[in-house]
Amino acid sequence: MLKDFFYKKRKYATIPSEKAKKNIPDGMVVKCEKCGTITFVKELQKNLNVCLHCSHHHSLSAPERLLSILDDGHFFEYDSDLASSNPLGFEGYLDKLKKDMDKTNLNEAVVVGEGTIGGFPAIVGVMDSRFRMGSMGSVVGEKIAAGIERALVKKYPFILFSASGGARMQEGILSLMQMAKTSAALAKLHQEGILFISVLTNPTTGGVSASFASLGDINIAEPGALIGFAGPRVIEQVIRQKLPEGFQTSEFLLNRGQIDMIVDRKEMKSTLEKLLELHMVRGNYNG
Amino acid sequence: MAKELPFERPLMELRKKIEELKQFTEIEGIDFSKEIIELESKAKILEQEIYTQLTPWNRTQIARHAKRPTTLEYIENIFTDFIEMHGDRLYSDDHAIVGGIAKFNGVPVTVIGHQKGRDTKENIYRNFGMPHPEGYRKALRLMQQAEKFNRPIICFIDTPGAYPGIGAEERGQSEAIARNLRDMALFKVPMICIVTGEGGSGGALALGVGNHLFMLENSIFSVISPEGAATILWRDAAMAVTAANTMKITANDLLDFGIIDGIIPEPFGGAHTDVLQQAADIKNVIANSLQELTKLSPEQRIEQRYQKYRTIGVYTSLI
Repeated sequence: MLKDFFYKKRKYATIPSEKAKKNIPDGMVVKCEKCGTITFVKELQKNLNVCLHCSHHHSLSAPERLLSILDDGHFFEYDSDLASSNPLGFEGYLDKLKKDMDKTNLNEAVVVGEGTIGGFPAIVGVMDSRFRMGSMGSVVGEKIAAGIERALVKKYPFILFSASGGARMQEGILSLMQMAKTSAALAKLHQEGILFISVLTNPTTGGVSASFASLGDINIAEPGALIGFAGPRVIEQVIRQKLPEGFQTSEFLLNRGQIDMIVDRKEMKSTLEKLLELHMVRGNYNG
Repeated sequence: MAKELPFERPLMELRKKIEELKQFTEIEGIDFSKEIIELESKAKILEQEIYTQLTPWNRTQIARHAKRPTTLEYIENIFTDFIEMHGDRLYSDDHAIVGGIAKFNGVPVTVIGHQKGRDTKENIYRNFGMPHPEGYRKALRLMQQAEKFNRPIICFIDTPGAYPGIGAEERGQSEAIARNLRDMALFKVPMICIVTGEGGSGGALALGVGNHLFMLENSIFSVISPEGAATILWRDAAMAVTAANTMKITANDLLDFGIIDGIIPEPFGGAHTDVLQQAADIKNVIANSLQELTKLSPEQRIEQRYQKYRTIGVYTSLI
């Protein structure tokens, strides 16, 4: 009938159930946090976690980083057995550590060892921001200081990729003192004339930024990384005004003379190779 | 009388009452001496009770006391012939850090320290003892000068922290602190650091790499202020008291961790109750420390300092 014909028109909208929408399995695609473009995870990983659309550098895990830097990904890790205890008796700290260990398959927020880059041997440390925000407690400080001491003995260059929110609150003053410990080790390296390249990635702030990460003979940053002493939220609270656009980014720091260069992740290995090569033959200029 | 802290109130009230009775005795001629003696012994017990059971938060309050002696006061009472030096030769002179040359028991030394103000006006001038990069660079310049002329270096630490601001970031707050940490490890001269009030994070540590590190009894040294820790850990600055009491920030805690070499006792109530006595006690500690350190060779001093910080840390092995 004519009436039916009119009433067939739907008076309500339909939304497909969540189930129906999910014909794409979890974790197969990822949305860029900067431009919002959706890409396949595999595709992004192949591009070293750099967005294919806007070149935003997403964070890399320590194993991914090593794979992207070292020749054939070959890496001999030091002190992999070291793990944090709970010296302050902080409630819930051990559980949090356990959770991050399971999540990352790492024992702590830094991995230190040796490998070759373009054939040049080096001691390499990589922080992993997935583990307690990459924060530095006793273990991180110890592994880095021990790595620097190995570089001293072997006379290998030391390269460190920072990714850290700063000192680890749950280890209190012991965390703070790791700043002095790692910097003192770098002092020895400095005196011995051994190269230290510091690579600052997103984020490098607080106690890590105010110790070894700023002490490179060469300081390199990845594009768009947040780098600074105090976190932007703290500064905003103190000065009670909005921070300028791009404040505390790699580009800001380059502009203010705080870093030597910004290097795209895809160029990182070749840049390091060049720098290592330039430092291999020293003091032989007879011209 | 200095402004009282909340936990001191019962004692202060009792003392006031004693004072009143004494005045009453004088004016009215009624003899209250028995009551006065009784109350005075009560006050002594109360004093003992309060000041031997200070919580970390109580100590934090004493360390931040408006009347807490500042670096310049200690310099005045410990050293002679102090000549202040200014500026980092790069940007400006930071008033939150003071430094210069002075004589300690007749021997030239370099003294550097954070400087807080006494009142609001002075505190604005001193930026509440929160240095910018130029402050740390001035300190390092003075240390290099000390190294050149073979003068021991003595640092007084009392800061809420390095200043978090736009200019500080632009001029490399991180780099300034980091460079101090590195270069302080390399000086041949004896270096003695004393936390006199607040040891606030990296901004304090940047003057805190020495052969010997001491803390006044009621001073604190922490990775972050109790308020900051409360904000980060519980998203509530009002939890500062809890944070102070759990984060192990007192001189005793740091001695237990093997981080400091000794605690300098304070008079009951805190350093501000007897500045001269406190200065004399600090002077003694510096004298002993210097005597010990001058026995070492320059190389031994560097190695001793290195090992001191190299061995700090608590961790386990999974093997």
